[in-house]
Amino acid sequence: MNLSNDRGSMSTAGSSVVSDQFPVGLRVLVVDDDPTCLTILEKMLKTCLYEVTKCNRAEYALSLLRKNRNGYDIVISDVHMPDMDGFKLLEQVGLEMDLPVIMMSADDSKNVVMKGVTHGACDYLIKPVRIEALKNIWQHVVRKRKNELKDMEQSGSVEEGDRQPKPPEEPDYSSSANEGSWKKRRKDEEEEAEERDDTSTLKKPRVVWSVELHQQFVGAVNQLGIDKAVPKKILELMNVPGLTRENVASHLQKYRLYLRRLSGVSQHQSNSFINPQEPPYGPLSSISGIDLQTLAATGQLPAQSLATFQAAGLGRSSAKSGLPMPLVDQRNIFSFDNPKLRFGDGQPQQMSSGKQMNLLHGIPTTMEAKQLVNLHHSAQSLGGMNMQVSAHGGQSGQSSSLMMQMAQPQSRGQIRNETAGGQVPRLPTSVAQPVLSNGVGSGVLTRNGSGENGRGIAYNTVSQASSMLNFPPNHTPELPGNSFPLVPTPGISTLTPKGPFQEDVNSDIKVSVGFISSYDIFNDLQQHKPHGWELQNVGLTFDALQRPNSLPSSVDATPSVLIAQRYSSSQRSGQNSIASSMFSVGEATEHGNSQNIGQNLNNLLVDNSMRVKTERVPDTSCPPGLFSQHYGQEDLMSALLKQDALAQLKMSLSLMVILWIIFLCSTRFIHQFSSWLQYLMYILAITQLTVRSCQQSVDRERKSIVWLHVAPSSFATLCCAGFIWT
Amino acid sequence: METVPQLQRKLGILDDQFTQLQELQDENNPDFVVEVVTLFFQDTERLLNELARTLDQQTIDFNRLDAHVHQLKGSSSSVGAQRVQTVCVLFRNYSEERNIEECLKCLQQLKQEFYFVKNKLETLFKLEKQILEAGGTIPVQ
Repeated sequence: MNLSNDRGSMSTAGSSVVSDQFPVGLRVLVVDDDPTCLTILEKMLKTCLYEVTKCNRAEYALSLLRKNRNGYDIVISDVHMPDMDGFKLLEQVGLEMDLPVIMMSADDSKNVVMKGVTHGACDYLIKPVRIEALKNIWQHVVRKRKNELKDMEQSGSVEEGDRQPKPPEEPDYSSSANEGSWKKRRKDEEEEAEERDDTSTLKKPRVVWSVELHQQFVGAVNQLGIDKAVPKKILELMNVPGLTRENVASHLQKYRLYLRRLSGVSQHQSNSFINPQEPPYGPLSSISGIDLQTLAATGQLPAQSLATFQAAGLGRSSAKSGLPMPLVDQRNIFSFDNPKLRFGDGQPQQMSSGKQMNLLHGIPTTMEAKQLVNLHHSAQSLGGMNMQVSAHGGQSGQSSSLMMQMAQPQSRGQIRNETAGGQVPRLPTSVAQPVLSNGVGSGVLTRNGSGENGRGIAYNTVSQASSMLNFPPNHTPELPGNSFPLVPTPGISTLTPKGPFQEDVNSDIKVSVGFISSYDIFNDLQQHKPHGWELQNVGLTFDALQRPNSLPSSVDATPSVLIAQRYSSSQRSGQNSIASSMFSVGEATEHGNSQNIGQNLNNLLVDNSMRVKTERVPDTSCPPGLFSQHYGQEDLMSALLKQDALAQLKMSLSLMVILWIIFLCSTRFIHQFSSWLQYLMYILAITQLTVRSCQQSVDRERKSIVWLHVAPSSFATLCCAGFIWT
Repeated sequence: METVPQLQRKLGILDDQFTQLQELQDENNPDFVVEVVTLFFQDTERLLNELARTLDQQTIDFNRLDAHVHQLKGSSSSVGAQRVQTVCVLFRNYSEERNIEECLKCLQQLKQEFYFVKNKLETLFKLEKQILEAGGTIPVQ
């Protein structure tokens, strides 16, 4: 039919053409008072192979639409028009013909666009309109048809009564009377007559479920009971004139879906709470890594032992899923047992082995390549620490592991010695550095170092530890001393891991468990003191480490803080913080900052489990008895592991392990230390850290157990360190 | 005489929308661009007159003013008359502020920009027409 426009040219609208060749042949009616735009739009739409009808007056457009209800698929209208507001036209078209309407304007202000949305426009185009935007308008037609189809079908299925089947294209007009009455309710008076005449309407007019209407609906549903609510009864209860059963039916279906979704979401939410528990093994692992590194730093342990140590420790940590993990959560330090949490796989065994790790305390056994692999593996979980470790070559790995081993036993006793020297840490640090760079993510403790001088790194991850391990054998000069902050802390000597230390540790440092364990170890080592290491010093260091805040030393960041940093900020900032903390620890050692060392020790302690492992792997230099002791303590630890405190404990244990390993490593360098005192200091530092980590990770109530655990490991470490040293 | 790209790039008189118009032109509508632009010129002149008249009133109907400027903005943006569109935006702001002084200035500016682009385009079309009549072809830019 030819539609004529009073002003511009008009193109015929193929009204009777059914849009089979969709979207080609889409029948578009475009309304704009601007002739320039109108012409351009018409041309564009024609280029899109649509059938275009243009008119520049809204009233005329409406008359066109009414004359041929079936004649158009979509309407494009300008917002600002002289004779009628574009939004009004939008409403009318939506009500009368229920066609999709696209608004367009040069006005792109938000409120105008919002107005379009609220009035029901299916799209809003900003002038200048590009042809690409017009190419896609067919989607609105399809969508609308689809929704209506669905609504009809839904109404049909929901209704229990007999309902005349309505073909999608030809809705049943038996209820047109209802629809007419409904429309009347919603539309202007003048439109009513046209509304009634809807036998030719293809689509049913929409029912807008206003708030009140919905309230009524919900009330009716509740009254009837959600299961018993049927559209017919709801309709009766609602008693809204003009509302059809189909409307109610479709709305009811939607409402049911909504309720179902709500209940599903609430379940999901409850489940999601489980997850947060897991996280933070990281710190432990990192601590252990640190321990290892420290131990390695000591250089006492042979590379091999360190490697094994580290491997064991790392393996533990991975198993525990905590070792390599960054210090995500201090609580989880000891959650070695939850390997699943982080590394989740099959490492529960390692968890138990974590206990065994204690055996490794101070015993830098030769780490097998496998262990080293484990370490690497755990490091991987950390985020590639292992990679780095390996990247640094087997040497570094081995050396780091060795260092770990060394660190561990040494952490007990040797570290003290080392601390005096303060040189060992350097080595591991440098090694740790490269390693650290790997697994920044997880190894909060260890990772930190990557960027940092490496001191922190040494403490961060096992890999770091491994790197540290490298130190002793290979890169002695490289270590800036970062990695073993634990070791060379002159200030460490101020720590007194003894009794009061325990308390302090627990209170001050999260990784207190590690500390405690390390402390215990230190005590044990002290007893054994094969080399007459000054465990006292170590204890002192621990003290200093423990009380990050209380330490008189000039350490700025309390170890706990640092450790916390390590744990919490694990992946990113943690790294740096830890590294820095470790760094500071290392530096502290060197500069007499016991606190730093303590922190480092804490880191080590966090990796208590690791440390324990490393200790397990220590060289044969450590008396087997130590292991048995550790094992016994392991049992205790396993009991503890059942709780959060346990997790923390584990973390600290791993930290200790790492610490000791570092000590051990550092002991390797004892030969390079001109003074035995340095070594001692190193050991002290490590011990401090260990205790600190223990403290942090363990509940106060578990202090005793932690100490029990720590003591043997410390002892073992020291023994090993001593052996190596000699 | 500048080419369209030069008008676009160097002077900023026309923007990418004009290129779109050119792309719409094909063998079926060889004069599409000319048609549209001519329409634009006509409509704009009408609008400018309207604007002048509105601003001349004792009491200025700013809503009406805004409506006209808005339309001019829309059409100028549709053809790609960039500078005209920019002035329209300014004009609208001043109109909202009820700043008659600035509105008058904007109107002057509008006229300036409009006639400038009209001049350029008309010259361009004339040249193109001459080329086509002489049997040549306009290179696609």
